[in-house]
Amino acid sequence: MANLKELKDRIGSVKSTQKITKAKQMVAAAKLRRAQMAAEAARPYAEQMEKVMGNLASKVTIDENSSKLLAGTGKNDTHLLVVATSDRGLCGAFNANIVKEAKVKAEALLAEGKTVLFYMVGRKGLPIIKRQYPNQILKHFDTSAAKTPGFEEAKAIAADLTALVEESKFDVAHLFYGKFKSALVQEPTVQQIIPIAVQDGAVAEAGGAVDYEPDEEEILAELLPRNLTTQLFGALLENMASEQGASMTAMDNATRNAGDLIDSLTIVYNRSRQAAITTELIEIIAGAEAL
Amino acid sequence: MANLHFELVTPEKLVRSDDVFMVVVPGTEGDFGVLANHAPVMSTIRDADLVIYASEGGSPETISVQGGFAEVNENGLTILAEAVS
Repeated sequence: MANLKELKDRIGSVKSTQKITKAKQMVAAAKLRRAQMAAEAARPYAEQMEKVMGNLASKVTIDENSSKLLAGTGKNDTHLLVVATSDRGLCGAFNANIVKEAKVKAEALLAEGKTVLFYMVGRKGLPIIKRQYPNQILKHFDTSAAKTPGFEEAKAIAADLTALVEESKFDVAHLFYGKFKSALVQEPTVQQIIPIAVQDGAVAEAGGAVDYEPDEEEILAELLPRNLTTQLFGALLENMASEQGASMTAMDNATRNAGDLIDSLTIVYNRSRQAAITTELIEIIAGAEAL
Repeated sequence: MANLHFELVTPEKLVRSDDVFMVVVPGTEGDFGVLANHAPVMSTIRDADLVIYASEGGSPETISVQGGFAEVNENGLTILAEAVS
């Protein structure tokens, strides 16, 4: 059995760990509420944008002059996986789950003989992807400088992606992020962002005489990059909320585990102390009797 | 006369959702005023001031918007702007 001093130190160290996890849990809980509100506030814009895009896309015919954001490059060889992860750890399996989802997709695409490239957003996913696909990372977009990834970051990423598709660096882009369901559940999600995926439902409800000013093509040309930005922005916000949710849950578990560990260590400590006292007493009594 | 339902949305949040009398929208090809029951229109907008008349003959309120577009449909006017100030 470990000696008393060792046990005492161990209990002390677990206690200080517990303090850290508890603090992180509280920070995450506070941030979660803000992030969740931001994600919800962004929804009307995204929904409206999607509706308008659906209406427009159904009215415009796709030819070789169409924007690559809408029509793609006409090929389907090189896939770009845009993987959005967080900048900080201490959030359980959150980042690992997103990366895992991306890897599954990457393997599936590679099996079909496609080329796979990565565009990493956020710090945490980078080393894992780098280890497995060392030469396939096109770019890493660092969001750690910004306190909360916002619209400016989304805009920069969208501009990057647009430039890359114009240079035909890739044909299809998929976006990976953690969709926020609740503080307990975050769902790694894949979404095709380039070329834009138009749902059939949106097309059906279009119609009616709408005046376009300037014409459909020009509006669409203006709207496409904006739509991409909006989708990226939405993903960043969802990611942010998910990260805090995951962090809160993970830290809650860690705090509870530390509590359990402290309890069991304290029992062991008390037992050994008692045993030491008993041994000492027996020695004294035995000594006294021997006299 | 029924009022125009007007919504101003930015990526960050829903800025305004009101029933107003008229809104003057700075379209790329010229300003246009939108009253209730306006014909469906979609237009991109310039970086300029949006002028909102809460009631007929009332004093206007301006909000300056940057980048975006306006859509008028049977539900009213929706402006999607990248930033407002």
